[in-house]
Amino acid sequence: MAKFDENAKPFTNKWLDERIGLNTLKRVLNTEYWIPKDINFLWAMGMILAATFGILLISGIFLLMYYKPDTNLAFDSVNYTIMSEVGYGWLWRHIHGVGASLVFLIIYIHMFTGIYYGSYKRGRELIWLSGMGLFVAFSAEAFSGYMLPWGQMSYWAGMVITNLFSGGSLEAYGLVEWIRGDYVPGDAYLTRFFMLHVLLIPLVIIGLIVLHFGTLRLPHVNNQEGADIDYEESAALYKAGKKKESKVIPFSPVFLSKDIFVMGVYFILFFYLVFYHFNFAMDPVNFDPADGLKTPAHIYPEWYFLWSYEILRPFSKDVGLIAFALSQLAFIFLPFIDRSPNVAPAHKRGLFQIWFWVLLIDMIVLTAMGKLPPTNETFAAIGWYSAVLFLFMGPALFVITIFEKKIEKGA
Amino acid sequence: MEKKRRDFMGMALGACAAVGGVGALYAAKRSWDPLPSVKAAGFTTIDLSAAKPNVLNVEKWRGKPIFVLKKTADMPEDKRDIIIGSDRFHISIGLCTHLGCIPAYKAGEHKFLCACHGGEFDASGNDVKAPAPSPLVIPPFKLDGMKIVLGEEGPEYKKMLADGIAVIA
Repeated sequence: MAKFDENAKPFTNKWLDERIGLNTLKRVLNTEYWIPKDINFLWAMGMILAATFGILLISGIFLLMYYKPDTNLAFDSVNYTIMSEVGYGWLWRHIHGVGASLVFLIIYIHMFTGIYYGSYKRGRELIWLSGMGLFVAFSAEAFSGYMLPWGQMSYWAGMVITNLFSGGSLEAYGLVEWIRGDYVPGDAYLTRFFMLHVLLIPLVIIGLIVLHFGTLRLPHVNNQEGADIDYEESAALYKAGKKKESKVIPFSPVFLSKDIFVMGVYFILFFYLVFYHFNFAMDPVNFDPADGLKTPAHIYPEWYFLWSYEILRPFSKDVGLIAFALSQLAFIFLPFIDRSPNVAPAHKRGLFQIWFWVLLIDMIVLTAMGKLPPTNETFAAIGWYSAVLFLFMGPALFVITIFEKKIEKGA
Repeated sequence: MEKKRRDFMGMALGACAAVGGVGALYAAKRSWDPLPSVKAAGFTTIDLSAAKPNVLNVEKWRGKPIFVLKKTADMPEDKRDIIIGSDRFHISIGLCTHLGCIPAYKAGEHKFLCACHGGEFDASGNDVKAPAPSPLVIPPFKLDGMKIVLGEEGPEYKKMLADGIAVIA
């Protein structure tokens, strides 16, 4: 057995170190987890996401105490009990709704930062893949949560999204009914999506967050120039007191204090929205109780799914489904589609920079078109061309990066 | 000799765990199946004698909306029509065959219009504009005088099935 100092006082640093290796943990995860200096506020998005997830979890716990997963009771338990009876129930609901929306905004910023700086390249593939796993899990979490108030949008979004699993001409209606536990979304459907939303998917998300952090530890985070930093040399300089000459800072407390500053700015926006503009996250149609005999005049998903919805919409059923599936999967394979050896910001990678901005603008256009009703011919045409353009972005990246010149990096 | 015995124990443990795992997966699959009470959702009888021409009635069968439209004399005949005496009816499950929204009936244009993704059907339920991939589905029915029973398969429905006009809902 290991040695335990009989004079160490309980719960002191030494006592804890002997029992759970506290000092090793601190060193590996905080004081000697080196972060490059050459970063900007976009590097704070990871911790902002972690903090937002924490806030969603806490507000969710309070909502969970009064919510009733039953088709007869769900709507009133949210819109009457939680909103007007429970003390500060409105606060938890608005935090939960605004948080669910903002978490996707930050996820997209986080993703596009990674794409811009090439932070998915050799050595960092698993960071990207676990991150995409988180994107899928958060999407499932958002969709299952959207079912719970059991309003018109809940019901009809549930109807449309579960119908996707019929696979078009495959006509797998048995699978759709199995997912629903009914011919249409009903009681069995609501309770199982409630289970997914409050237990199974959050467990998966927590697991993936741990994995995501784990995949980051050895390759380290990228930096603004994509420079290959000699961490041992820089760490030695930092520890010798030559902080100015060193290219790195420790994760805690130095990097974390930068993070917390950005978080502070973010939470001002967050709570401004919670208190004064929560309506953007509360669709008015969802304040009508679910009715299986009446489709709302115009169904659309929340803003963060609009771009993929617009890829589904303009095509015939089978083509639309295939395009939709491809667009969902395309980002996952990014580290393997990009053939360039350069880890560098987009503005130093020639054609890749144009590709990056075209992709971003195309997704914004798709998002805008997805929100509009399908009746306007001009907008439908813009949507169609944007969807086709999106499908060509993958092959285009492959070709562009094959011909990309290797950047020679000076010291 | 020792190694062989350990191999056997490993394989025996693996086999038992695999059997248990498959069993658990089957139980999990069955737990997600629609309940017997849901599946036993019975039959719906609709009286057609009061129907007015070109006015859409929406009934409910197995939680799904059912379109009942009595055709006017000037609407073209269609092989999908259900004929009772001198009247022609269009009866279908009122869910767009694209992704299951309920199309709205535009009485003036004699058209069903789906607001979700812009699909269109004519007054006989034939798809006339993408993304609607196929005609509105005709539910199993049996005629009984001026009444129609949904969920039962009468001779007229069986003929439609055989002709490929109706598909299994």
